[in-house]
Amino acid sequence: VEEVLAAAEEQEAEKRRSITVEKELELEFDLGNLLALDRNPPAAAGLRGAGPQREALLRALARDNTQLLVARLWGLPAERAGGAGGPLVAQLPEPTFTLPREKRPPRPRPPTRWEQFARLKGIRKRKKTSLVWDEQAKEWRRRWGYRRAGGDPARAWLAEVPEGADPNEDQFARLRREKRERVARNEFNRLRNLARAHRAGTAGPAAPLHPTGHQSREELGHVARVARVSTASLGRFQPRLPKEPAEPPSRSGGRKRRFEPLLGNLAAERSRQLELLRDMGSKKPVLDITRAVNKQLRQEEAEAAAAKGKKQSKRGKRGRRQQRVGRSSKKSGG
Amino acid sequence: MEALDRVVKPKTKRAKRFLEKREPKLKENTKNAMLIKGGNANITVTEVLKDIYAVKKPFAVLYRKKNITRPFEDQTSLEFFSKKSDCSLFLFGSHNKKRPNNLVIGRMFDYHVLDMIELGVEKFVSLKDVKNSKCPEGTKPMLIFAGDMFEVNEEYRRLKSLLIDFFRGPTVPSIRLAGLECVLHFTAVEGKIYMRSYKVLLKKSGCKIPRIELEEMGPSLDLVMRRTHLASDDLYKLSLKQPKALKPKKKKNISHDVFGTTYGRIHMQKQDLSKLQTRKMKGLKKRPAEKAAEDGGVSPKKSKSA
Repeated sequence: VEEVLAAAEEQEAEKRRSITVEKELELEFDLGNLLALDRNPPAAAGLRGAGPQREALLRALARDNTQLLVARLWGLPAERAGGAGGPLVAQLPEPTFTLPREKRPPRPRPPTRWEQFARLKGIRKRKKTSLVWDEQAKEWRRRWGYRRAGGDPARAWLAEVPEGADPNEDQFARLRREKRERVARNEFNRLRNLARAHRAGTAGPAAPLHPTGHQSREELGHVARVARVSTASLGRFQPRLPKEPAEPPSRSGGRKRRFEPLLGNLAAERSRQLELLRDMGSKKPVLDITRAVNKQLRQEEAEAAAAKGKKQSKRGKRGRRQQRVGRSSKKSGG
Repeated sequence: MEALDRVVKPKTKRAKRFLEKREPKLKENTKNAMLIKGGNANITVTEVLKDIYAVKKPFAVLYRKKNITRPFEDQTSLEFFSKKSDCSLFLFGSHNKKRPNNLVIGRMFDYHVLDMIELGVEKFVSLKDVKNSKCPEGTKPMLIFAGDMFEVNEEYRRLKSLLIDFFRGPTVPSIRLAGLECVLHFTAVEGKIYMRSYKVLLKKSGCKIPRIELEEMGPSLDLVMRRTHLASDDLYKLSLKQPKALKPKKKKNISHDVFGTTYGRIHMQKQDLSKLQTRKMKGLKKRPAEKAAEDGGVSPKKSKSA
């Protein structure tokens, strides 16, 4: 009897210590997120009844799943952090379960006006040394800042009058004023670059509409053009300002708005009328369906190929020269 | 409005750091959650929000006042809150006769609502009611999802993704094995979702891997899914897109076999095969007589020309 009891006790202890779990379907693990997904359908019958039975079942299920997950985690490469006595730390892999991002991926900053110009001209940055030899002080000084190489500008006691300058002008005041102007201009350009980058980043509407008083020059021109054309005769008889150029005829609509003069080319008119009669009388349809379909298919294939090629070449091309938007020619004369 | 158009220029370093933390980055910050009470939130719902806040600290904000909004009708106020507090996850609690103990769990993309799922709380056991010891604040919980519904049903799949996003915590490169204390277990069965949190006790076992014993702790919820507002497929795909810079760089000239063998490729320059250093075979060595014959063959030509 004692043997049987001892055997039963040992079995009980063994069960308590066992770490193996039996599952129908293997779990899916994402150790980077400490995640385990169990696809086995849970025992619905047991979970229906409310109360402690359900809790016990849920807890058993959770225990099994956690055991499997911890077993996996313990299988990761681990080391002792902070020397021999430190805690055991496991290296987690990258999370595999893709979760949506919080914000859009950042766009690269658009180049500033100087950067565009430099790229166009091929000007490259030169690495400057941080210290400059100051002849007067006979030591290495900073290029700019506290105790700079050129001497303290506030202590400059001599200001030469340049040739052709007004002898009564205060040179010190002039120098101070010019410095102030330079600083203001730099700050203005910096903010303009920032605003341009911000605008490019948010990708606002193609033609942003600002309230009157805060419109830019282009916007005013565009708005004036639209206002001119929104008359019954599409702006043909609107009075113009004294120096405004006349409307070029090419801007007056597309193909359907172009009208030939009444008594022009008689031969051309005759040929056109005969062609029209011929097309009306012929049995063959003017539009060849098969040719049109083939043309369309070829065009689509060419577009797809171009898009693929553009994607590949876009990655390879660096320092692509940006086109300067032509200001005057295309948009004016509205 | 021009005030929103204008770029806010930070005047202090602190303001600059604040703005930099909020701008889009390659590797993003941990998502923050905002816990909002609706106009008619009752005690149960408030307790749920407080408990989830305790689990999600410090990556959560609990709004103390009631906000009279309806997430499913009008999302502008949610988006405004998200922009103000830079939170991309939210949990909105409300209660009315038609939808008792209502929780709307959702996430944002680019400060616009991406997904929203409405869940009803049928049974709730709070942190205070369970008298066991709790996990310290800020532990990364282990997440386990049981039930085939989470794979089969599209709405349940989105819910799973939302819950992982919500409870994930910061992404860490390594973790202390003894510190794996908290596990959140979600079971989907018969249209209900049971969420239970347990404290993990590591017991000795025969081998290196410890035996797990679980102790009930923390909030436990019985949820039922009500309405959903899921993002369209292309918006969801857009939000999943990772920037290319994050992709691990592919090492060139290394290829792997099906069997796990790694192959490498070496590119050599052109070799002059006549000058190759081969094994010396003594028998094939040129005897002096042969060498003289070769030279002799060359010289008569020379003498002729001379």
